[in-house]
Amino acid sequence: MSAQFLQFLLAGLTVGAIYALVALGFSIIYNASHVINFAQGEFVMIGGMCTVWLANAGWPLPLAIAAAVLLAALLGLALAKLAVEPARGASVVTLIIITIGASILLRGLATIVWDKKYHALKPFSGEMPIHIGGATLLPQSLWVLGVTLVVVLLLSWFFGRTLLGKALLATSHNRLAAQLVGISVRRVLLVAFGLSAALGAVAGILIAPITFTSWDVGVMLGLKGFAAAVLGGMGSGPGAVVGGLALGIIEAMGAGYLSSAYKDALAFVIILAVLFFMPSGLLGQRSADRV
Amino acid sequence: MLARLASSRNAGLAALAAVVALLPLALVNNYYYDIAILAGLNAIVCVGLNLLIGYAGQISLGHAGFFGLGAYGSAILTARYGWPPLAALLAATLAVALLALAIGRPILRLRGHYLAMATLGMGVIISIVIATEDRYTGGPDGMSVPPLTLAGVALAGERVWYWVVGVLLVLAVWLARNLIDSPHGRALRALHGSEVAAEVGGIDSARHKVRVFVISAVYAAVAGSLAAHYAGFITPAKVTFFHSIELVTMVVFGGMASTFGAVVGAAVLTTLPQALTVFKEYEMVVFGAVMMLTMIFMPKGLVPTLAALAARRGKSP
Amino acid sequence: MKHRAWFAAALLAAATATQAQAPIRIGTFLAVTGPAAFLGDPEQKTLELYVEKLNAAGGVLGRQLQLVAYDSAGDAEKARTFAKRLIEQDKVDLIVGGSTTGETMAVVPLIEQAGMPFISLAGAVVIVEPVKKWVFKTPHSDRQACQRIFVDMKARGTTRIALISGAGGFDKSMRAQCLGVAKDHGIEIVADESYGAGDTDMTAQLTKIKNTLGVQAVLNAGFGQGPAIVTKNYRQLSIGAPLYQSHGVASKQYIQLAGGAADGVRLPAAALLVAETLLDSDPQKKVVLGYKRDYEARFKSDVSTFGGHAWDGLMLAVEALKKAGSTDKARVRDALESVRGFMGTAGVFNYSPTDHVGLDVSGFRMLEIRKGDWTLAR
Repeated sequence: MSAQFLQFLLAGLTVGAIYALVALGFSIIYNASHVINFAQGEFVMIGGMCTVWLANAGWPLPLAIAAAVLLAALLGLALAKLAVEPARGASVVTLIIITIGASILLRGLATIVWDKKYHALKPFSGEMPIHIGGATLLPQSLWVLGVTLVVVLLLSWFFGRTLLGKALLATSHNRLAAQLVGISVRRVLLVAFGLSAALGAVAGILIAPITFTSWDVGVMLGLKGFAAAVLGGMGSGPGAVVGGLALGIIEAMGAGYLSSAYKDALAFVIILAVLFFMPSGLLGQRSADRV
Repeated sequence: MLARLASSRNAGLAALAAVVALLPLALVNNYYYDIAILAGLNAIVCVGLNLLIGYAGQISLGHAGFFGLGAYGSAILTARYGWPPLAALLAATLAVALLALAIGRPILRLRGHYLAMATLGMGVIISIVIATEDRYTGGPDGMSVPPLTLAGVALAGERVWYWVVGVLLVLAVWLARNLIDSPHGRALRALHGSEVAAEVGGIDSARHKVRVFVISAVYAAVAGSLAAHYAGFITPAKVTFFHSIELVTMVVFGGMASTFGAVVGAAVLTTLPQALTVFKEYEMVVFGAVMMLTMIFMPKGLVPTLAALAARRGKSP
Repeated sequence: MKHRAWFAAALLAAATATQAQAPIRIGTFLAVTGPAAFLGDPEQKTLELYVEKLNAAGGVLGRQLQLVAYDSAGDAEKARTFAKRLIEQDKVDLIVGGSTTGETMAVVPLIEQAGMPFISLAGAVVIVEPVKKWVFKTPHSDRQACQRIFVDMKARGTTRIALISGAGGFDKSMRAQCLGVAKDHGIEIVADESYGAGDTDMTAQLTKIKNTLGVQAVLNAGFGQGPAIVTKNYRQLSIGAPLYQSHGVASKQYIQLAGGAADGVRLPAAALLVAETLLDSDPQKKVVLGYKRDYEARFKSDVSTFGGHAWDGLMLAVEALKKAGSTDKARVRDALESVRGFMGTAGVFNYSPTDHVGLDVSGFRMLEIRKGDWTLAR
């Protein structure tokens, strides 16, 4: 029994870590601009597809990964500069539609630049399953969990200790006040998009050896990442991580112990239940409106 | 003043009725009629959704769920239980209204993206249930739907359906405009402006929000039932969150807080993919680019922006 | 005066000649993008390649072929609209298409009403059961796949199996068919798990199967990237029982994705995949080898049975056109229904008024994947 539980738990943590990275991307952009970036999932896709393509073309893996993350970050900056900035005064819903248009555009470009097939990336350190207490774990899962932990630590250092990071936080708390103390909110927006895109790409690269990648993997992952971000409290970094891991574990446990057909529905039911009792998510701030 | 208000309201409706009546002159074959019918059905849903998003300032990323429940409700009752189609349509719509009433209250306590997430979750749960319970719904491959019969006469063929949908669309717009100009509509606009201020002014915001939520759900359910009978077939693809996003996009694209904007948005975004097939593999790229550019340069949506341009032209000497 | 008569005669001749040269229009709607691109992409490539080859060889009935193609992206609603467009706007002579069952079933009412000969490339048995006058199909049905698999299992002494399938139409249809015919073959299904579309990890479901007593083999009724993930998870969990896949993974892409984990997997598939290793005396060899070489030379990628279904569909259409001697839809349909002994990539086709599948189970070979390639199972 407990070996089975451990198997489910490990599966849930692995996929949960990916959701956490995507959720962090949503939260960072939300903090900088109150926009929900529906193209976030596409950055995940770009990370995976670009790496696969370059690796197949003969590039050494670390170089391919670096190039893919850089490409995603540049596309994130382009999205911010060319699409979000010009529409700065528009309503939130309009901005959401713009990001939806961007996600369609990026998917279309992916089918043209790359192709429509599924691709596997070679696992970073082999495929021999590791046996732990009756359950098995792929080495790639260790990479996923390890890199996610490093990323979360780096982000907390960035937001807590660097000037740029603190500027981002300040903008999220009060945009006007941040401008008044001399923070360029335009630059903050660019950094936020670039950073979120890079995070998404990293997630896509980590998970590609386990789950394959193709031009439309971004849609489902984006949706789950968004759900995780809301579950944990939109705009909260720790909330994104908690939300992501929670969602992953709920899915795995649901598939294992209840009905595998309804596991996705179960995850959403739980999210709805949480939102009804905690309308700002698990770790979100209770929002107060100025009248 | 009153006369001018009344006439401008009627002018828009008259224009729509004229378009519906005269459009067949441009529809050369059944394929064109088909697109017009699909655009009309989408427009009905969007008019209802616009009441929720544009006027009440809420958001729903799960309206395809209501559309799907209306469609599948009609489909299952007529195909599996032999109900007369009109009775099935009414029953399905009533069921959807009750569901929207039941979940509306807790869901609409949420705000912003939490509300978006909750409606999205609701839509996804509905689509999963429909796709999984294949004994009733035919599963992911869908099920056939018998034709709609009116007093024993089966409604079949694109021409007949064009008029059915056209008349219902005009009716739907008329109802929506009446609602907007009613005390209920004014209350909605007040709470869109500031929920706190509206409550201070004595408006029970929860009751009004739930009411408009139910109304928009009913619009979607009726359109769903009709769509199922028209196509003779229904699949869960119409219940996915992609379709929900499509609907929201049509409303925003056409112009929020503009009933006619919702109609225009639905019409444009239904016909555009058909026109873009010439681009073959570039279709997605072009579609995404068109969406982005339109929203960047016309952030209020198509109709309000064009209307404002026309007004400015009209004012200058 | 004379000149004018000659001139008029020349014009008339030219006009009649152009009329005769009006191309035969073949319509198609395929899932070239979307979740079923696995199917639609090779299908479209095959149709384009062979329309080109047929035209280079003089066309059919002295006329060139013209392919009118739309991408339905696996969406039944889009398929319906495109089918209507093909019938009403493009006025095609017949339709070869419909990559998935959902898309096919959605257009059936249109097809029947318009009286358009339609050859579907989709799998589920519901397409031809009950038989619809204008609807034919070229792939083996999912029920036949179940039967072929169960026959193989029984021959190896396997009687208790576990089933795992996805949420897609193909998956659910095949699962229902397998549950339906298992008893007839003496097979008992003791576990029945499922995963969702776009799921990335099936270890939970497979762990449950691993812990079920007495499972001698596992059947994955799936299609797309899901089965590849199931296969990898299967090896990760070190489940010893043999793994059977469906014909939904009959494409090199599956082996590329699943990697080494695919070794030892068995599946029913057309002889197309092992064309080179067939005996020269095998009646299928000529057709499948020819198609394989043509496709791989042009597109530099491995054949899949899905492209083969498209080849079968197109060639059957051409055969029907030749037999009918015209593009009159009713004549073409009757000619198609009377096709006997036609050798396709999936086997021999014998259509009849009660059988619009045409294939029997003999065209289905049992394959096993060894060292990353297809081989005939012993």
